[in-house]
Amino acid sequence: MQEFANQLCENRQFGFKMTDSKYFTTTKKGEIFELKAELNSDKKEKKKEAVKKVIASMTVGKDVSALFPDVVNCMQTDNLELKKLVYLYLMNYAKSQPDMAIMAVNTFVKDCEDPNPLIRALAVRTMGCIRVDKITEYLCEPLRKCLKDEDPYVRKTAAVCVAKLHDINAQLVEDQGFLDTLKDLISDSNPMVVANAVAALSEIAESHPNSNLLDLNPQTINKLLTALNECTEWGQIFILDCLANYTPRDDRESQSICERVTPRLSHANSAVVLSAVKVLMKFMEMLPKDLDYYGTLLKKLAPPLVTLLSAEPELQYVALRNINLIVQRRPEILKHEMKVFFVKYNDPIYVKLEKLDIMIRLASQANIAQVLAELKEYATEVDVDFVRKAVRAIGRCAIKVEQSAERCVSTLLDLIQTKVNYVVQEAIVVIKDIFRKYPNKYESVIGTLCENLDSLDEPEARAAMIWIVGEYAERIDNADELLESFLEGFHDESTQVQLQLLTAIVKLFLKKPTETQELVQQVLSLATQDSDNPDLRDRGYIYWRLLSTDPVAAKEVVLAEKPLISEETDLIEPTLLEELICHIGTLASVYHKPPSAFVEGSRGVQHKRLAGSAGSGESVESPDAGSAAGASEAPPAVIPSQGDLLGDLLNLDLTPPTTAGPPPPPSSGMQMGAMDLLGGGLDSLLGGDLGGSPAMGAGFAAPPAAMPASFSAPVSSGLDDLFDLGGGVGMPMGAYSPPKTVWLPAMKAKGLEISGTFARRAGVIQMEMTLTNKAMSVMTDFAIQFNRNSFGLAPAGPLQVLSPLSPNQSIEVTLPLNTVGPVMKMDPLNNLQVAVKNNIDVFYFSCQYPISMLFVEDGKMERQVFLATWKDIPNDNESQFQIKDCHLSSDASSSKLQGSNIFTIAKRTVEGQDMLYQSMKLTNGIWLLAELRVQTGNPNYTSATVSVPDGLCLAFQTDHLGASLLPSLQSDHGFICNSLCFLPFKLLSLSVTQLSCLKIQFHICSLYSSHSLT
Amino acid sequence: MIGGLFIYNHKGEVLISRVYRDDIGRNAVDAFRVNVIHARQQVRSPVTNIARTSFFHVKRSNIWLAAVTKQNVNAAMVFEFLYKMCDVMTAYFGKISEENIKNNFVLIYELLDEILDFGYPQNSETGALKTFITQQGIKGQVKTKEEQSQITSQVTGQIGWRREGIKYRRNELFLDVLESVNLLMSPQGQVLSAHVSGRVVMKSYLSGMPECKFGMNDKIVIDKQGKGGASDDPGKSDLGGGSGKQSIAIDDCTFHQCVRLSKFDSERSISFIPPDGEYELMRYRTTKDIILPFRVIPLVREVGRTKLEVKVVIKSNFKPSLLAQKIEVRIPTPLNTSGVQVICMKGKAKYKASENAIVWKIKRMAGMKESQISAEIELLPTNDKKKWARPPISMNFEVPFAPSGLKVRYLKVFESKLNYSDHDVIKWVRYIGRSGIYETRC
Repeated sequence: MQEFANQLCENRQFGFKMTDSKYFTTTKKGEIFELKAELNSDKKEKKKEAVKKVIASMTVGKDVSALFPDVVNCMQTDNLELKKLVYLYLMNYAKSQPDMAIMAVNTFVKDCEDPNPLIRALAVRTMGCIRVDKITEYLCEPLRKCLKDEDPYVRKTAAVCVAKLHDINAQLVEDQGFLDTLKDLISDSNPMVVANAVAALSEIAESHPNSNLLDLNPQTINKLLTALNECTEWGQIFILDCLANYTPRDDRESQSICERVTPRLSHANSAVVLSAVKVLMKFMEMLPKDLDYYGTLLKKLAPPLVTLLSAEPELQYVALRNINLIVQRRPEILKHEMKVFFVKYNDPIYVKLEKLDIMIRLASQANIAQVLAELKEYATEVDVDFVRKAVRAIGRCAIKVEQSAERCVSTLLDLIQTKVNYVVQEAIVVIKDIFRKYPNKYESVIGTLCENLDSLDEPEARAAMIWIVGEYAERIDNADELLESFLEGFHDESTQVQLQLLTAIVKLFLKKPTETQELVQQVLSLATQDSDNPDLRDRGYIYWRLLSTDPVAAKEVVLAEKPLISEETDLIEPTLLEELICHIGTLASVYHKPPSAFVEGSRGVQHKRLAGSAGSGESVESPDAGSAAGASEAPPAVIPSQGDLLGDLLNLDLTPPTTAGPPPPPSSGMQMGAMDLLGGGLDSLLGGDLGGSPAMGAGFAAPPAAMPASFSAPVSSGLDDLFDLGGGVGMPMGAYSPPKTVWLPAMKAKGLEISGTFARRAGVIQMEMTLTNKAMSVMTDFAIQFNRNSFGLAPAGPLQVLSPLSPNQSIEVTLPLNTVGPVMKMDPLNNLQVAVKNNIDVFYFSCQYPISMLFVEDGKMERQVFLATWKDIPNDNESQFQIKDCHLSSDASSSKLQGSNIFTIAKRTVEGQDMLYQSMKLTNGIWLLAELRVQTGNPNYTSATVSVPDGLCLAFQTDHLGASLLPSLQSDHGFICNSLCFLPFKLLSLSVTQLSCLKIQFHICSLYSSHSLT
Repeated sequence: MIGGLFIYNHKGEVLISRVYRDDIGRNAVDAFRVNVIHARQQVRSPVTNIARTSFFHVKRSNIWLAAVTKQNVNAAMVFEFLYKMCDVMTAYFGKISEENIKNNFVLIYELLDEILDFGYPQNSETGALKTFITQQGIKGQVKTKEEQSQITSQVTGQIGWRREGIKYRRNELFLDVLESVNLLMSPQGQVLSAHVSGRVVMKSYLSGMPECKFGMNDKIVIDKQGKGGASDDPGKSDLGGGSGKQSIAIDDCTFHQCVRLSKFDSERSISFIPPDGEYELMRYRTTKDIILPFRVIPLVREVGRTKLEVKVVIKSNFKPSLLAQKIEVRIPTPLNTSGVQVICMKGKAKYKASENAIVWKIKRMAGMKESQISAEIELLPTNDKKKWARPPISMNFEVPFAPSGLKVRYLKVFESKLNYSDHDVIKWVRYIGRSGIYETRC
């Protein structure tokens, strides 16, 4: 290229030396004044000079808008250069002086009629850039002419102008019928006109997601593919990007398009290549895998991708970010190309980091030796970030390729020997991960690690080291000394280290109780009494209590076997990946974020999907669903962090724990891990705890008095309810059960769709679900867990999905529930957060159960008791609401409600109104009393008063209980209560037992969220 | 699409600012200056997102070119466009420097108006642009009607890179096969990675609209012909002259937009109507059977804490009749080097403290020869715990053959309308192999 340039330099004429730089130097005062005079000069040359000065000032950011009339006066000229300069000025300032800008209209309109096509095009191009309504009005007629101009140069300019106009006034474009003219241009004889028309239409279509403006059918596709061979490199990009939005009807069409697009892979322009790759990656989904052509296509994709790496560094970066996606989607394409991703010494840092990432993705048993040798080399480089990432990469190789683990560990040990501070720290962090993947295998290295204890100054490394010491305390002779040394500066440490230290010392104590009593007491008091950090205090208390109550249980909890970590944590979530594949080459693929995360307004909202994986023919989702999904995925910060892929293998463990609360809609693998831990261990822990083991810890001081004294109370008598079928057995109609609704849409769960409802059948609460597999692969290994919830609902057994669920198959599952699970107040009260696992992933959703599911069969109160209680309930606990459109007599209501375990205790008739007195009891023993008034004359009007006995329990907001009754009554008339709002608790009054109950659970959950490292 | 384009000098002052979209305001100009140009640390990414606005930048000497957008644009296209913009500017006024840009700012605005419309790149071929945008101003008004329509049809046409009616008294073409050979070798002499990236650059001075066909010893083509028994190999013309390997395996190649890609895809034949003058016909990459012109054998020994002994042997590995030129070996030295003594058998060697390297230059070296340098490096004692990173030894050279083994078999020219045949065209071909990143770890 350089030679090319030099040649051209020689060729150009030097006779005419330009010295435009002088225009940049005028900075004196009164400049505007002078310019004004010059602009109004009679001499052409002087005018031109003056306009140039004006443009120069404009460029550097000076405000020269005051010269507007003078500059516009220069517009009427034959000198094209001067005209262009004036246009440039107009584009910048017309908006600030709309009235003056009108002066220019005449010239524009006249220029659009000029015999010179270059001038016609210039006029229409510039007019479109002037965003003044009045000018826009005048633009329509010239534009219409230009769209049909005989000269292709004018037509291609006019095509883009339609997009400009649409951006200013969409309605006008539609009203004037420009869109149809634009569509006609797709059939134009000139390829560049076609390309610009496609670009304009694509842009307009983006702001009208459902307009079907770009009506892509086989005929238009054919036209585009023909133009593709003939137009400029840029035009090819527009066409390819547009093609990528098309969904072929069948695999044959898909193949024929692919065949016509593949030659583009040899184009010198990388953007053409990447856009072609996008089309191919997308349409490949449609091809049957056993097709010969499929294999050929895969082979054809690798070389052009590798060639992209010899482009300029900025393009390499774009290419690498895209290759990162492609490798995740189709690892087979580049699996033999590891070497090209080796880092070169002079690569810019952003290229190095990306290459490193891809190297790890491609690492396999076959090439691990080479990769490790490279990584070791990188670990001696200069750039700190890069070195750290290289060290982490070694750890990831160990976790990914089991056979290489030993070599990785020894490489890491070599690196520790270099004594380079940040290398040592990073190495220790990853060795901890390796321990978690291969427990009891590499503990021989602990000695070396301990030697470096003093040099660790980063919290993450310190915490990792402490974890190792605690975890393997029994094998380290001086573990107590080591930990004690950290304890000296306990309050200066970061939270992460403090928490880790606390846990490690407790582990140590459980392993070597005799020597370390003093140490553990010291750390517990440091954590509970001297610390202001609630997480630390909570964790301290729970350990204290655990140790003092039941050391056996403590051992089970603290020294429990940990789940192994896996390498897949850094992969991009498949739905997002699919979307990003549809955006290959674009910014989204560079950021690894969906466009909605960084594009303002409606334009970025559409979510694209790969055609093969979803049943729908449209590749574009409805914008509503899209934006909702986008919002949950989009983190506040948009810029991708370089370390996001490598970094957080075990971040969860070492970041400060979050206190209990409803888990946010999960999007990363880390939270899933937390959920798993939470579910698995909590029940057993709870059981042990509440069983009230009297055994006290050996020689343990009682915890500080601030703790509630009694904490071994049963949660509820849920089990009794399960078996007590008395009372309500003879239900004539059965309990009301709402129709199934979709809880988990397929697009959020990698193809698994769950719809369901709740029912109470024969005294058992049942969750009835329909699982539908809308993905391409078979789903197996289903399991379900609930988060803590208001009534302690928990699955009574495993999810019974016996046979694998093949694609497009549905299965009905009934899951019996009990109410002995852990309790936590939810908002709304009847919210249930559910995690469903299958062989693909863990998914989360939340649903709401009708409160009536919780009405137990023995909810019939004694008349006397009812009477007494009714009187005692204060007015505050009473709420009233009306039920309309209920065409039931009081008797019918009564029997219907009885089906839902709402029992009528008494009935009386006062002034033509039937009054029903009813009672119901929730699974947690809370009674609810209700008075139902039925106006016999007016069956449309029923009113109910619900009271909650005081001192017992939760008080509900009015609408809330109403909501629970309404569906029961109105199931005949359709479900009309779907817009109920469940308002938050007005007050939460708990009895003493329940208070302690909840309190304990609160502590347990905080223990768990921070305890996952143990 | 591209919302705006700014050019800054090294201080972050705006030299050119052209806004195409309404969503980009003047504050974007400042945002980039503050966050990227004035940022203290090294650039961590060529794409920067500041307040939902994305900035793409490239740097040419000390000039920054930044494209700005708020949409999900085709990122590869934006960078390709920025490179193209640099090429166009270089073609018009030479080196991209602050002075040249200021001197030509009117021209640059004109170009930007032409090659980017509403942020969509339009025709950016210099050949076509120069027909109506010149440094002297626009030729527009002096053109006849025919000339005008010729311009517009060229700018928008199928063959945007060539105008009609070119005439030469002597039809001549030059082909340069320029290869850069890249190597990464372990200290033990194991090839970690090696590839050749090559370019075929053509200078054509041909009349009319000639149809050309280019042939080389591409393995796929040769194998196909061998099987088909096609004996009328047109490659035995004056251009061949190749020896050694019969054919080479090309990993991948890309072509100038004049080449008919669909024809290459189906028949693997390279046919095109060339632009006038110099241009890059194709780029290719090979990784198999590369002739590595030099082998570097390093030996580094640490003698105590304050001394390093370095011995480097280079061996040339090609036909003895050929001469390599401009050989330069760069041996990195630690930062705490206090003194260096060098002895070399051939050429000149010098320790360059500012570059932390010993630079050994040899003007010429024939094939199958060997040469050696030994150096003693004295180090200042430091208490820096960090070990020296030992950057690789790099090498530069130029050899008169193509390390990939590529040979031009033919380049046939057909121009049916004008009165000259393939035999009348004078053709030249030359091979140059240069070092790309040619490194040996030590």
